[in-house]
Amino acid sequence: MSEQPLLKVTIDNITIEVPAGTTILNAARKIGGEVAPPAMCYYSKLQGSGGKCRTCLVEVSKGSEKDPRPMPKLVASCRTTVMDGMEVKNITSPKVLDARAGVVEFLLINHPLDCPICDQAGECHLQDLSYEHGSEGTRFEFQKRVFKKHDLGPYIQLHMTRCILCYRCVFTADQLTNKREHGVLDRGDHAEIATFIEKNLDNDFIGNVIDVCPVGALTDKTFRFKNRVWFLKPMNAHRDCPNCSGKVTLWNRGDEVFRVTARKDEWGEVENTEDGKTAWICNTCRFDKKKTSDWVIEGPREINRHSVISQGHYAGKIGTTQPKETFTAVHDGRQPKLLMDIHSVSEVNRPNIELSLINGPAHSADFNKKND
Amino acid sequence: MQALTNRSKEVSRKPISFLESLYLPAIFKGMAITFSHMFKKQPTIHYPEQKRPFSPVFRGLHVLNRDEEGRERCTACGLCAVACPAEAITMEAAERMPGEENKYREEKYAARYEINMLRCIFCGLCEEACPKDAIYLSETFAPANFTRKGFIYGKSDLLIPDPKTEPEAYAKALGKGEKTTASTTN
Repeated sequence: MSEQPLLKVTIDNITIEVPAGTTILNAARKIGGEVAPPAMCYYSKLQGSGGKCRTCLVEVSKGSEKDPRPMPKLVASCRTTVMDGMEVKNITSPKVLDARAGVVEFLLINHPLDCPICDQAGECHLQDLSYEHGSEGTRFEFQKRVFKKHDLGPYIQLHMTRCILCYRCVFTADQLTNKREHGVLDRGDHAEIATFIEKNLDNDFIGNVIDVCPVGALTDKTFRFKNRVWFLKPMNAHRDCPNCSGKVTLWNRGDEVFRVTARKDEWGEVENTEDGKTAWICNTCRFDKKKTSDWVIEGPREINRHSVISQGHYAGKIGTTQPKETFTAVHDGRQPKLLMDIHSVSEVNRPNIELSLINGPAHSADFNKKND
Repeated sequence: MQALTNRSKEVSRKPISFLESLYLPAIFKGMAITFSHMFKKQPTIHYPEQKRPFSPVFRGLHVLNRDEEGRERCTACGLCAVACPAEAITMEAAERMPGEENKYREEKYAARYEINMLRCIFCGLCEEACPKDAIYLSETFAPANFTRKGFIYGKSDLLIPDPKTEPEAYAKALGKGEKTTASTTN
């Protein structure tokens, strides 16, 4: 195949050359930063995703070099390919920002806003989006939709009220697993993610629906309520896995592995491995390997400093090595006369309660166990 | 030596006069000042019996709140702990079991909640961060203690009395009947 000519596209007054067939969203992501429109349903690693949530709407102020008329309406940038000489306005267009605020309001209409309980809080795309574009109040004065609770088995927790129907998990199950067992049932306001009839989701690789879910609708049941993500240390780690790449992020507290996820890039999508494949991880890696000895730890993962997850993380190796008692060294070898070991008093993080090894959320029975 | 300012006065080195050497006029002058205070308004109060009202912005010991039905409001969202500049707050969450609906307001609750009062600086950021109205800084001081162990406050120390099961303790904790001396002049 001959070399294809590159097309020139200008997004927010920044010009970039991309091959034909690139969408506006991907061209903007090449520029990076604030120019890239937010995306709730588009997932570059999943074929056929996009075009549903309308958060990535942009204004095309000049169609192309040959036909310079602007496009009459805002277009979904994840589904519109670039043309040569196209001029796109994203954050420079008040029309786009206004439309985006409207989209966020629509997405939040049925959202329960239970972020204090939700395990996705801190890494939720809807949280980021509404923080940036949403209004602080609501105009919705009716009952929010509710659903009958579906149990999806021991690994995945479904909270249908939080779902924004992006279909990412449906594409994931279609493209990664042998057989898709869940989908969107019913239509309109009743549309819901469910299995038919009551099945467990336990196909291998089905755990990736947790990573692709932009909100807290599908969360890890083995991590449920264990800790908030911003109190955990994300570490790059790998293991020799026969099924998947084995490259993961461990979310540790101390030496305990609380959660295993795939490595996510700056767009919240699963990263590629060196050979260009997407580093989806298998269920064994995600749900069953909750011991530090199962993994080879590469080092702390870099987290965007604007993210709440980076709170308490410092540059270099601080926080990754065990701190030592320096009292005697500083005081010429004298031992402290009065020293309180916080762990002798504190009820939190008791050594006989290994939260990370409990399958599923902890209950009162786990905490009321007799202390040794 | 040159004086630094023109206000300095030379110290008088004269020997004291006979009247001054009696000291009595000076003593009576001092006594007069002392006794005149007996007829002035007292700035002090008798503390344990009388108490001064707290300023409305006073930030004292924390309490964990319950709702009207006596259920714990805290859902262990961790916002107080992340807001805490002294890193004094720690917690562990658990899922509510069927049958515990009368104890906890939401499906997730704090199974453990601890504030290290040795670290706490009483800034009130936890109160501001709380999305569930669960933590408040009350109008009480942290009491003194002989050991440091007594300053690790767990849930049993922080939770307010249950208005349903222990209404007397709840009414007492509200402090409605208690008198405060409204005699602050400053």
